[in-house]
Amino acid sequence: MNGALTRQRRGFFRHASDVLFRHPHLLLLLLLVPPLLWLGIVYVGSLLTLLLNSFFSIDEFSGLIRYEFTLATYAELFRLANLDVIFRSLIMATAVSLTSVAIAFPIAYFAARYARGKWKALFYLLVMLPLWSSYLVKIYAWKLILAKEGIISWLAGQLHLTRLLDAVLAIPVVGGPSLSISYIGTFLVFVYVWLPYMILPTQAALERVPGNLIEAAADLGASPRQALRTVILPLALPGIIAGSIFTFSLTLGDYIVPQIVGTSTYFLGQAVYTLQGTAGNIPLAAAFTVVPIVIMGVYLWVAKRMGAFHAL
Amino acid sequence: MRSESGQRAPLPLTLAAVCGVLFLHVPLLIIFVYAFTTEEKSYQFPPPGLTLKWFAVVWERQDIWNAIALSIKVAAIATLVALVLGTCAAAAVARAKFFGRDYISLLFILPIALPGIITGIALRSAFHVFDLNFSMWTIVLGHATFCIVVVYNNTLARFRRTSASMIEASMDLGADGFQTFRYVVMPQIASALLAGGMLAFALSFDEVIVTTFTAGAGSESATLPIWMLNELIRPRQRPVTNVVAIFVIAVTFLPILGAYYLTREGEHTGGTGK
Amino acid sequence: MTPAVRFENVSRHFGAVRAVDDVTLDIAAGEFFAMLGPSGSGKTTCLRLIAGFEQPNSGRIDIFGQNAVGVPPYRRNVNTVFQDYALFPHMTVLENIGYGLMVRGIAKGERDRKAEETLELVALPGFGERRPSQLSGGQRQRVALARALVNEPKVLLLDEPLGALDLKLREQMQVELKALQRNLGITFVFVTHDQGEALSMADRVAIFNNGRIIQVGTPEDIYERPAMRFVADFVGSSNVLAPDFTARTGGPAKWTSLRPEKIAIARGRMKPPAGAARMAATVTSVHYQGSVTRLHAKTAVGQTLNVLVPSSQGKFGLNENVMLHWPKSAFHIMRGEA
Repeated sequence: MNGALTRQRRGFFRHASDVLFRHPHLLLLLLLVPPLLWLGIVYVGSLLTLLLNSFFSIDEFSGLIRYEFTLATYAELFRLANLDVIFRSLIMATAVSLTSVAIAFPIAYFAARYARGKWKALFYLLVMLPLWSSYLVKIYAWKLILAKEGIISWLAGQLHLTRLLDAVLAIPVVGGPSLSISYIGTFLVFVYVWLPYMILPTQAALERVPGNLIEAAADLGASPRQALRTVILPLALPGIIAGSIFTFSLTLGDYIVPQIVGTSTYFLGQAVYTLQGTAGNIPLAAAFTVVPIVIMGVYLWVAKRMGAFHAL
Repeated sequence: MRSESGQRAPLPLTLAAVCGVLFLHVPLLIIFVYAFTTEEKSYQFPPPGLTLKWFAVVWERQDIWNAIALSIKVAAIATLVALVLGTCAAAAVARAKFFGRDYISLLFILPIALPGIITGIALRSAFHVFDLNFSMWTIVLGHATFCIVVVYNNTLARFRRTSASMIEASMDLGADGFQTFRYVVMPQIASALLAGGMLAFALSFDEVIVTTFTAGAGSESATLPIWMLNELIRPRQRPVTNVVAIFVIAVTFLPILGAYYLTREGEHTGGTGK
Repeated sequence: MTPAVRFENVSRHFGAVRAVDDVTLDIAAGEFFAMLGPSGSGKTTCLRLIAGFEQPNSGRIDIFGQNAVGVPPYRRNVNTVFQDYALFPHMTVLENIGYGLMVRGIAKGERDRKAEETLELVALPGFGERRPSQLSGGQRQRVALARALVNEPKVLLLDEPLGALDLKLREQMQVELKALQRNLGITFVFVTHDQGEALSMADRVAIFNNGRIIQVGTPEDIYERPAMRFVADFVGSSNVLAPDFTARTGGPAKWTSLRPEKIAIARGRMKPPAGAARMAATVTSVHYQGSVTRLHAKTAVGQTLNVLVPSSQGKFGLNENVMLHWPKSAFHIMRGEA
């Protein structure tokens, strides 16, 4: 080793490293281009292809797609029946998200704050296990629970609460002939299936809240409830919002759950599925998909402003 | 955040948490019980009788094994692609400042923020346009797209937690870029890669919505979820699906625990003087 | 003799910010050189320029006579001790120290031997199998030092090495580092914002502000003869006196700096010596610091002077009227404010 600058090890890798060092932009390009190529071309490209279809229309007589630019298909979205579908899905998604937060928060808070060591691992397992269980089988399990000859009816009978069950089923709009053929049923299944997606980011966000903040709040005179409202919740909010991105978006586009547990009215996902399948009406299907894209676009923008992206 | 050791949770909180967890698991118990029922056509409660015969039936059925094999293959390839591409993107976003960096974050959220049905239909119409035949590779294409996102998020979070000075220290000590990656970066992100990879594998293994659009018809392109969907629509031998579900849960039990311990490690900041 | 490091009109800017602004500097071989200045003054950037983590936008950098611009850090015979130590958490102490040797292809037996030797050098014998997470701050710092030294670099760079240590440990390390440098004969360049550290360890100090070097000199030069007001203020506390005040006390009508310990206090009937500069003042605060007592005294014209006297002089009370005096030779005339 003589001199301050040694030039040992001339190998291919060393040489390549020198080149990359002198041209940092080259390294950046090499790292970014392949994934961008995939997501940009495969994903965004197909999205754009789909959206392109929404500007075409379908010929009512032949059933074939007319490849001319028109906004008529979007106009169709505003027909009452279609608007119904959109609003129904929106309301369901909102209800599911809000309820998920309410159920998930105690679990996440408990796991983040009071669980330690073995218990923490246990909680994690308990939350992840349902996540890994087959989505389809879970839905059918609920069908079993909610069906007329299913568990809840049987339980109600045993506890002499059948009249309560009937009263619930008699509630207009959300009730139905049986729990598995009602909006309540659909709602319950959605909440159940997406719950882990809400728990995990919320727990992660809560764990990032330093414990001494709660002590500081108490020191400054806040009651536990005040500390929760003014210190913990705002700091956990990004995690909650991140979780809600999942619950909202998953509910909005799901076509399998309402099909198995629900009334015969359509949700967004089902509308899109039927339109592009048997009906062959790709333009209208595409126009329908624009709705959740726009909604999620706004949602994501708001979520980003509130810092949810750091909680993913 | 931790409360001081010894501090017990308030009772309402514990009750709410326990109820929540029960809510999550009672249906799983139901699935478990119904793997043993003798009634094969409807979901009668209480089950008329218990039997072990469905386990033998599952063992014999070739279509189940084929479906499992296909699911594993698809999940493995999709995860591999996701690991490479996701890590590259995460490295770029974590360490460099460049024009459009925020938009990249947005791009990498889209596949999971937008409902799966949109991804499915978009890909299907793209296949149509390019005249691609449905095959295992079309399924992989769909799965890899959201797997990349999962790996990206996991790896990005880990990159953000490692100090940049370690890479500088390695170079300062004489290691070039490649050596630094091999000896310093990789060990740091290895567990994040494993956790992200496992999550991606899990998501791919259980995915049904996008798959219904990107798989062909016919049983040779049936992944396990597709197989299940077909089984559940035709009401015969219902308990068989429960048995398969239990099998999947049992097999994935240990990897989940493993992934948890791997991503959980506390201080990994190589020696801040504080 | 070729200087160890030579900067010629080196500039580095990040967008509009000139982190290093036209800096010219020579660091002699075998020297213990300190770069001192407030945060953001450019001293750390200069260090990184020597290490190779930054490249200059303009100017020339020579290390032992060889042009270093464009040369990656792994090709330089220069090693750094990082401010946060940057130890590799997934390796043992021995593996950490031997890292530089490993990437150069040196065999394990030889590596371990050298690493053990260096561990002895930094007074941590037997710590080889521990992990960084099991070490205290001071121990991690020594490991970081060993990791750099084992490669026998021509120049050792230290980035605020003692910042995270408590007072006792810091003082101990100052002594050890100085001894180490003397024994090894390697050029040490270290960056600090603590002027006490710089003055006690360095052979020469460069004062940085706003990306430029304000003054370079021995610690004594810097302290006794600050060229600019900034240096007088930054290095040790000093009384910076405007020209008219200086004249009032009996000195020249120029910007001067007056060190607190040069001021003496005459109380009651005592009279200051003839020919001394003087000014009457009222004591506004007293801080007992063990062997010395620091006082602030406000003069009739409103200027507050900082005074340092041995505590053996007795106790002073608030609002006590005193006469401050000092020899005219204690005035140090400065070139400007900078």
